[in-house]
Amino acid sequence: MGKYQNHHLTPGHNACAGCGQLSAVQAVMRALTADTILVNATGCLEVTTTAHPQSAWQLPWLHSLFENAAPVASGIKAALKKKKRPTKVVIQAGDGGTYDIGLGLISGMWERGDEILYICYDTESYSNTGIQASGSTPWGANTVTTPTGKNSSGAQQNKKDMMSIALAHGLSYVAQSTAAFPDDISNKVKKALATPGPSYIQILTPCVPGWKIKTDETIKAARLAVQSGLYPLLEYVGGQLSASSINNNFQAQPVDNYLLMQGRYRHLKPKEIAQIQNIADKNLQIYKI
Amino acid sequence: MASNKHNQFLEGSRAISLTVANIQPDVISAYPITPQTHIVEDLAKFQADGQASYEYLRAESEFAAASIVLGASAAGGRVYSATSSQGLLLMMEVLYNAAGLRLPLVMTIANRAVGAPINIWNDHSDAMAMRDAGWIMLFAENHQEAVDWHVIAYKLAESLNIPVAINVDGFIITHSHENVIIPDKKTIKKYLPAYQPKLGTYLNSQQAITLGGFFTPEHYWQEKRQADADLKKSVNTITKAYRHWKKLLPSPIALKPRFDNGLVEYCGPSQPKTLIIAMGSMSGTIKEALRDQNQVGLLKIRSFRPFPGRDIARFAQHCQQLVIMEKATSSGAYGPLYSDVMAHVPQFKGVSSNHIVGLGGHDISVKIIHNIIKSSRQAGLRFW
Repeated sequence: MGKYQNHHLTPGHNACAGCGQLSAVQAVMRALTADTILVNATGCLEVTTTAHPQSAWQLPWLHSLFENAAPVASGIKAALKKKKRPTKVVIQAGDGGTYDIGLGLISGMWERGDEILYICYDTESYSNTGIQASGSTPWGANTVTTPTGKNSSGAQQNKKDMMSIALAHGLSYVAQSTAAFPDDISNKVKKALATPGPSYIQILTPCVPGWKIKTDETIKAARLAVQSGLYPLLEYVGGQLSASSINNNFQAQPVDNYLLMQGRYRHLKPKEIAQIQNIADKNLQIYKI
Repeated sequence: MASNKHNQFLEGSRAISLTVANIQPDVISAYPITPQTHIVEDLAKFQADGQASYEYLRAESEFAAASIVLGASAAGGRVYSATSSQGLLLMMEVLYNAAGLRLPLVMTIANRAVGAPINIWNDHSDAMAMRDAGWIMLFAENHQEAVDWHVIAYKLAESLNIPVAINVDGFIITHSHENVIIPDKKTIKKYLPAYQPKLGTYLNSQQAITLGGFFTPEHYWQEKRQADADLKKSVNTITKAYRHWKKLLPSPIALKPRFDNGLVEYCGPSQPKTLIIAMGSMSGTIKEALRDQNQVGLLKIRSFRPFPGRDIARFAQHCQQLVIMEKATSSGAYGPLYSDVMAHVPQFKGVSSNHIVGLGGHDISVKIIHNIIKSSRQAGLRFW
């Protein structure tokens, strides 16, 4: 146990082999101090770490519902303020709880200006319930509710721009990372916690059954997501895009490498892949990579 | 807070907000809905004027307000919220969750009808929607009972780790004026010390706990059984807490009941032929209607959850007619109060009838009550 005692999340959870989310969580945990309260939305992370009477958490941890992690955290922060306790509050949720069912409640929390770090582990689908499409599911992805078929080539909606929604709330710290860059994650978490007011970090965490990749391909997929330009490492401080060290040596790769290693995109035709390449190219322009 | 132990002529909402301020919660959060609004407006103003030191969080919905107080409670804070009708229904998922997490939330429900059709007036449809959520559900007849229940509610919630809802009839109590005694901070403190849960029972870094983990079938049913047993057992705590409080804050009553243990109150002859069972403010009108009825008694249900089945059976089983009057329906079945009462009086041999009254603010007059009594030899369900 000694080796893990500062990691706040102990070994022995029930996540899938090669789970991208759990790798990212470890990187987040390395950046937290012991005086932190964690609030978890319903999802894989809650299910795989807290099967009663066991728990993998060494920090105070609360799960209430799927959609209400944000207001629950607001309430915790208010009680801490009243009792003059300097404890940090960090929310962990998936993309379903963030982009869809929890969005209005997140907006309320950001509007209140509560000093809470919200972390979204983005698997681009409802992984826990069996890979249904969410507001984060990218165009063209095959999920069980956006299945491919005679009349469909997967999800027909574009991924919701959650980063812009966070920025529109005037957050002082907004960042994006992926499970392939644990040090980047840890650094961003530390920076977010040092910034006054609410902050938001979303981390792309490949889902082995959802993306239909092999258990040893999680990190590769998370790295190619960055290199393709589809999920660049981003950081906004005070609303301004700041350069990321990893992006300095950035060499764009065609999206094919990223898409074709994943079962959820294997049905795509060259014309459709070209459409996704357009999204990546546009990203490189927008983010000045 | 400006209040004292003397009788004041106050609006019901004002009486409740003054009492809540004197209870000194740590965190309050609410969302506006008629007829609850006056309560939370007052509480916001007390804080703005520097008369109260709680954190007051504006929520973007009732669902958020309930979630905020849930979080604050999990972090060891004393919390308060208030809602009505649609707002209560929007909170529902959080209400079940708070009870399951054993968090001592306290909330006022200014009882109001549920749409459609949309209607802002009083009935108990909203309260009945949370019947099975695992909360203690108390009902007030008048302003003083509403005030008393709020203090007692915190005592119950914080000692039993069960959330408590205080039901007050919308408009009839919230917007009317009555003489009422508001307990001051000192009196309340004698009864209700500052809330400090034990380390290891709330979110605190000194002793980390996992709250709200995943329960498989093997453990889930045991947790639910325990919660049910604790809620049932709370009848004794309620009686004790009620009697203790009324000793500290006695208040004048117009009609001295023959029996009152906090769970039920009985007014009427020692051996009534007809027993009316009802909850909330209509009890006052029923008492008025019974002035010239020497064979009819009223059993007022003060605590709907836990359900005082034993007390009801004691009063009900020797009557000839049982008359259950209630302000809610369970469409396609008998009213919820009627079904609960009948489940607890297996030995009753007389005629029972169920009267749905006052829906959406429909007036319950003394004349209607007399007609209900007249019709009580006929069993079945009737709307008035």
